[in-house]
Amino acid sequence: MHTPEEPAPTNMPDALRAHGVFRVLGDEGRADSATDPKLPLQLVQDIYRAMVRTRVIDQQLERLQRQGRIGFHIGSVGEEACILASAAALRPTDWLLPCYREFGALLWRGFPLQTYVDNMFGNIDDPVQGRQMPDHYTGRKYRFGSVSSPIGTQMTQAVGMAWAAKKKGRDEVVGVFFGDGATSSADFHTAMNFAGVFETPTLFLCRNNRWAISLPSEQQTAAATFAEKGVAYGVHGVRVDGNDALATYRVVREAANRARAGGGPTLIELMTYRVGGHSTSDDPRAYRVQDEVERWRRIDPIKRLREHLVRQHAWDEARERKLVSDTEQELKRCIEASEGKKPPPIESMFEGVFDRQPWHLREQQAQCVSGPRAKARH
Amino acid sequence: MTEMNLVQAINGTLRSEMQANPDVIVLGEDVGKVGGVFRVTQGLIDEFGADRVIDTPLAEGGIIGTAIGMALYGMRPVPEIQFADFIFPAFDQIVSEAAKFRYRSGGEYTVPMTIRAPVGGGIRGGHYHSQSPEALFIHTAGLKVVCPSNPYDARGLLRSAIRDNDPVLFFEPKRVYRAVKMDVPEDDYAIPLGEAKVVTEGKDVTVIAWGAMLFEAMAAAQEASAQGVQAEVIDLRTLWPVDIDTITESVEKTGRVVIVHEAPKACGFGAELLSLITERSFLSLEAPPLRVTGWDTPFPYTLENEYLPLQHRITPAILDTARY
Ligand SMILES: Cc1ncc(C[n+]2csc(CCOP(=O)(O)OP(=O)(O)O)c2C)c(N)n1
Ligand SMILES: [Mg+2]
Repeated sequence: MHTPEEPAPTNMPDALRAHGVFRVLGDEGRADSATDPKLPLQLVQDIYRAMVRTRVIDQQLERLQRQGRIGFHIGSVGEEACILASAAALRPTDWLLPCYREFGALLWRGFPLQTYVDNMFGNIDDPVQGRQMPDHYTGRKYRFGSVSSPIGTQMTQAVGMAWAAKKKGRDEVVGVFFGDGATSSADFHTAMNFAGVFETPTLFLCRNNRWAISLPSEQQTAAATFAEKGVAYGVHGVRVDGNDALATYRVVREAANRARAGGGPTLIELMTYRVGGHSTSDDPRAYRVQDEVERWRRIDPIKRLREHLVRQHAWDEARERKLVSDTEQELKRCIEASEGKKPPPIESMFEGVFDRQPWHLREQQAQCVSGPRAKARH
Repeated sequence: MTEMNLVQAINGTLRSEMQANPDVIVLGEDVGKVGGVFRVTQGLIDEFGADRVIDTPLAEGGIIGTAIGMALYGMRPVPEIQFADFIFPAFDQIVSEAAKFRYRSGGEYTVPMTIRAPVGGGIRGGHYHSQSPEALFIHTAGLKVVCPSNPYDARGLLRSAIRDNDPVLFFEPKRVYRAVKMDVPEDDYAIPLGEAKVVTEGKDVTVIAWGAMLFEAMAAAQEASAQGVQAEVIDLRTLWPVDIDTITESVEKTGRVVIVHEAPKACGFGAELLSLITERSFLSLEAPPLRVTGWDTPFPYTLENEYLPLQHRITPAILDTARY
């Protein structure tokens, strides 16, 4: 889909109109009938609802962090289409390995909001017992991976999982999320190479949100696009408007079908924009101009899909208000419940290091439990 | 004299070393425009330009591999690894290459490079923003490892590290970054690598610590003194090569040792220190040496303060050793 003569992408949304970028929705949410996947309205509404829900949760968690009630949040404002439509385009039997901005995809798969919030608080009901930072969730039951901070590591693992599924003759594919920054990691190149050589059913879902903390994507690579990195590895590369849920759905669906049919991996560059800071620890005003953010906001993925639905009389103000307030209420209840829960027991710190606890951990556990307590939890 | 915190002290030293020597350059993730996620390199790009304060793509192996190349060529790069937890993609370059160049090339090629990285807990960073990997590098022949506890030492040690002709890992205790302020001279003083400092004198127990845990050790020593036990606290400052003379002298005076570090106990640097101490001063020991360390688990999030070897665990160790 990419032609090498294209000019280098700029940090502006105009890049989405470049030749070779797959798009369905225009800036005003009008679908191009030539490319429209013509999904059932119900499905489009479901994706839309999940996108709005994700944004509401993001906004509330950011507030919660500013109030000092949770330690950290890393959000997905502006990237909801590429995250939710990718998740929706896969089958429930397919695997999804996260980077760290994809709680929306985890919830899409049915992970309970209460459990996600317990993880944010790291309390006794957190499935991983407060061992990891907020937004480092795990969801094997939902065929969803386990978030790791080190950039890039999930990509080679995604190739291995897809390879194993293929060896076992299962028609499952493995989608793996990562950022534009992660394409510089050694794991990206190794993963692409192995996936190409062994034709694994892997979907490389590159959220090109234009920034890796303070580094713009132009300084991340001298290549004009991220999708073309597939060429050197013999892996299909596609660029898609990642703020366009319908385009994202169609591209991911087609790549998944091809992988399932033995056609091997695809690198999908989801062109989007990180509207917020890198995380609650970051202030992007130190390194980028607000005008850029405003221009991307005009092609906000939620706004575009809403306009599309409104055009078809499948969405309105009243439904929007109800969805937002229902989500806020649901989240509020979860937060209130989580906040009242105890921290994980001290014993739990020494469990789960190995399958069976060796003598030294048993000893240290006893020593810690019966020893003096720290003055403050944090 | 100017009052400054650790961030300012390191920033100022980088600035003056870059002014003094055009071969000194800084490279790493987000070190330019924003001045690093902890703002340690803030403003350097304005003074020295993007040619000498380089924002790199996201690849630690690339940062360290190219820094080694620059060092081989004759420059003095000071790469930053955003968190010590993210040094592992560069482990091969550090362990297989930087550490061995001098030896394997008979001194033809050397790697005068100082890798800066924040270490340790205290910022609610969980597994991957809290670790203290010093022992892995001390174990590797050919690397020097430094970990200052305060702005004054940081300034003098960083200057020595940058001017040193061997690769140095310069670990910065991130919980100290803005927590400790002190008057620091503005002149170009250097503190030689390999010299520890006795920060509190005492006759009963030797307490060895470094980085952020030094302050916990000092607080514990004070608590113990209220109970009549006089602890001598040593800040190692340079972890490797370690100042064995200062340690030996103290241990032979007190006969009792407590070692404190954040890293897990098993094969932590404390294990090496205790071996050195028993090899040299066995007959002076009057009690089994103790280690107060992180537990042998990954670094936890919620229970961070139960994991860290804070004052509440150090004081009883000092008293137990003294009363053995
Ligand atoms: C190996 C490693 N190095 C550095 C970091 C610190 N870090 C966390 S996120 C990030 C930028 C990631 O950018 P990108 O891949 O574009 O993902 P995005 O955050 O934009 O979704 C960096 C440098 C890390 N987590 N892991
Ligand atoms: Mg990015």
